[in-house]
Amino acid sequence: MNILIVLIPVSVALGAAGLAACLWTLRNGQYEDLEGDAARILLEETPPSPRGAETKTPAAPE
Amino acid sequence: MSIAACPGCLAAGPAVEMPRRAATEAGEAIYIALPRIHCAACIAGVERALANLPSVAAARVNLGAKRLRLLPAPGHDESEALRVLHAAGFEAHLLDASALRPTGDEEGRRLLARAAVAGFAMMNVMAVSVAVWSGAGEVTREMFHWVSAAIALPALAFSAVPFFASATVALRAGRMNMDVPIAMAILLAATTSLYETFAGSGAHTWFDAALSLCFFLLVGRYLEHRARATARSAAAELTALELPRATRLTETGRETVDVAALLPGDRIVLAAGARSPVDGIAEGPATLDRSALTGEAEPVPLLAGAAVCAGEVILGAPLTLTVTRRAEDSTLRRLAALVEVAETGRHRYSGLADRAARLYAPVVHGLAALAFALWWSLTGDLHHAISVATATLIITCPCALALAIPAVTAAMTGRLFRGGVLLKSPTALERLAEVDTVVFDKTGTLTEGVARLPDLPLEAASVARALAEASDHPVSRALAAALAGHAPARLTDLREVPGEGVAARWNGSPVRLWRGAEGPELELPGQVIPLPLTERPRQGAAEVTADLAGAGYDVVMLTGDTPARAEVLARRLGIAEVHAGVRAADKADLLARMAREGRCVLMVGDGLNDTGALAGAHASLAPASALDAARVASDGVMLGTDLRAVAQSLALARRARRRIRQNLALAALYNAVAIPVAVLGHATPLMAAAVMSSSSILVVLNAVRR
Repeated sequence: MNILIVLIPVSVALGAAGLAACLWTLRNGQYEDLEGDAARILLEETPPSPRGAETKTPAAPE
Repeated sequence: MSIAACPGCLAAGPAVEMPRRAATEAGEAIYIALPRIHCAACIAGVERALANLPSVAAARVNLGAKRLRLLPAPGHDESEALRVLHAAGFEAHLLDASALRPTGDEEGRRLLARAAVAGFAMMNVMAVSVAVWSGAGEVTREMFHWVSAAIALPALAFSAVPFFASATVALRAGRMNMDVPIAMAILLAATTSLYETFAGSGAHTWFDAALSLCFFLLVGRYLEHRARATARSAAAELTALELPRATRLTETGRETVDVAALLPGDRIVLAAGARSPVDGIAEGPATLDRSALTGEAEPVPLLAGAAVCAGEVILGAPLTLTVTRRAEDSTLRRLAALVEVAETGRHRYSGLADRAARLYAPVVHGLAALAFALWWSLTGDLHHAISVATATLIITCPCALALAIPAVTAAMTGRLFRGGVLLKSPTALERLAEVDTVVFDKTGTLTEGVARLPDLPLEAASVARALAEASDHPVSRALAAALAGHAPARLTDLREVPGEGVAARWNGSPVRLWRGAEGPELELPGQVIPLPLTERPRQGAAEVTADLAGAGYDVVMLTGDTPARAEVLARRLGIAEVHAGVRAADKADLLARMAREGRCVLMVGDGLNDTGALAGAHASLAPASALDAARVASDGVMLGTDLRAVAQSLALARRARRRIRQNLALAALYNAVAIPVAVLGHATPLMAAAVMSSSSILVVLNAVRR
C-alpha cells in the first residue's frame, strides 16, 4: 500500500490544478457572456478587437 | 481647446475637436444597449463596424446582456460609434453608466468560486472515503481520515462562510432561517469528524457529507442569484436608458449637458415627445401629457408663461423652457423619494423558505437532542450519543429542503425573464401566487397612454385642421386643438353634416373629416387616415381581463381620470369594479383598505400617481414604459407591450408554488425514512452521501421540468 504515498498527492494535485483552472476562468470573466461565447465559435475569423476590452479592466461591472 | 492627441482626431475635423462633457478620459468604459442583436452575425457586424474607427480603442459585445462595452480612444466620445452603428443598421442606445454600476456581479463570482472549492474538495474526499467505506484497514483508514481532514477543513472554512454569516445574522436578530440548521450540521459534522480523526477510534467521519452539503447548497444559491441578477440588471438597464441629459441654449448655440448641471434660469429645449427633466416655465404655448403624474388621459393645453412640472411630456411641437428648479429639487424627484420610504415596508414579508425553516429547524434540532439524550441515558456512552446526534442532523437533509425553494424560484424566474417579465424581489413569485385581486391603472397601463394623433404629412395635417375648425362638435374642437401647430389649408365648399362630419373641396378634389368605425377619419383623395381621439386599449388588455376573470381573480380598474372615460373603457374590457377620479394618496388608501379586507392585491400601474399603490400592494408589476419611480416601486417590470404577461406571470407563480409544495413534500418524505434510521444509530456516511445527493437531484429535476 506504499504506493498511496504517491497516488494521494497526485490525485489531490490534479484536482487542485482543475480548481485553479476553474478559478482562473472565473477571474478572467469567462462566465460574463455565456450566450455570446457560444455564438462566437461560429465566427470565421476572430474580430479585430478580441478580449482587448475585457483584459484591460478585468473586474468590469456588467 | 486642447490639442488633439492622435492623427485621427485631426483628420476628423471640428466635430471631435470639442469633446463634450460626455467625452471620457481614456480607459473609462461606455455602455451601449443593442436591443436587437441576437446571433453570431450580429456580434461580428457590430465589432467589425467599430474595429477601424479611430475614436474607438476597443469594443466588445455581450450577447447575453445585449450590450456593447466601448472603450473610446483618448479625447473621444461615443458619438461616432453610435452614428456608425445606426448607419450599419443596428439599433443602439447610450446607457447611463452610473445607473448600471451597482449591478456588478461580484457576489455571483464569489458564490461560484466557493462552489468550485467545495466541489473540488468534495470529490477528493469522496474518492478517499470510498476506500474507507469499502473496508480499508486500520492504518490506511486513519491516514485517509487525516487526508480528508486536511482537505475538508480549509475548504469548509472558505466555502461555508455564507451559511455561517447568514445564520449568525438570523440568530442575533432572534430569528430562524434555513441557514441555521445548515450551519449547525456543517459545524457539528466537522468538529466530531475532527475529534474522531484525532482519537483514531475508527468511528465514522462526516467530512464528505459536510462538503457535499455545502456544494449542493452553493450551486442552488448561485442559480438563484443568477436568475435574479439577470432580471435586476435588465431592470437597471431601463433606468440607464433614460440618459440624464438635456439640451441647453447658450449665447453661442446649443450644448448637451447633464440634467444635474442645470441651474435655475437656464433655458433648455425639449423635443416633441420628451419628458421634462426639471420644473420650469414654458416660453411658448404647448400641449402637455400629464398622465404620468395625475392619470388623466386628456392632454392639457398650456399658454406661454405657464409652469411645467418635471415628468410631464411635451406633445406636438418642441418647447423652450426656463428652468426654475434644479433636477434634485424638482417635483418628480421629491415624489419619487417618498416611494423609497414606502418600499422598505414590504421587505418584512417572510418567504415560504423562512416559514419552512421555522417549522423544520426546531423539529430536527429537537430530534437530534432527543436522540443524544436517549442514547446517553440508555448506554451512558457520551461519544456514541454525540455520533448519533450528528448523524441525525446531517442525514435529515436540510439539503433537499434548502434546495426545494430556490431551485423552483430560479427556474420560474428564468422562465418569466425569457417571457419578458423581470422579477426583482426574491419573494415576488410567492406573493404573486397568493394574489386574488388584480388592480389595473388605466392610463398608460390598460391603455397606451394619452390619445395621440398619428404623425400626419404636413398637407394632410393642414387639411384636417381646416376641416376640424369648421365644426363646433367636441371631437372636431379637440382635433383642431391637437393640430394647432399647423396652418389651416384653404378649402372651398365647406359643409357640415350633423352627426357625420365635415366635407369640403381642397384644390378641386373632395376631402372629408368623417365619422369612422374607430373614431374620426380623414378622407383625402386616394387615402383614408384614421385620427383616433379616444385612447386605445393596450395590446392584450381585453384578453387579460377576460382570462383573469375566468381564472377567478377580481379585476378592478383604478384611475385618476374622469369617471366618464373610465366607464367607456371598463365596459369595453368587461371590468365591473371601477374607481375613477382617484388621487395618488387615495389610491394607496384604497389598496390598504382592500388589504384590511383580507384581499391580496396585485397592482399593475405605470405613473407617478401609482407609485404609492405599487409600493403598498401585496405584489406589483409595471410596464417598461412606466416612469422610473414606478418601476422602482414595483416587484417586476414587463418588457413587452402585451398585457397578457400579467396573466402568464400569475399562472407561472401559482405553478411555482405548487412545485415548491411538491418539493417540500419530497424532502419530508426522505426525512421520514432517514430520521428513524439515524435516531436508531444505524446511519453511515455512505448512506448520508446517497440520500443527500439523490434527494437534491430529485428536487432540482422537479423544479426544472416543464
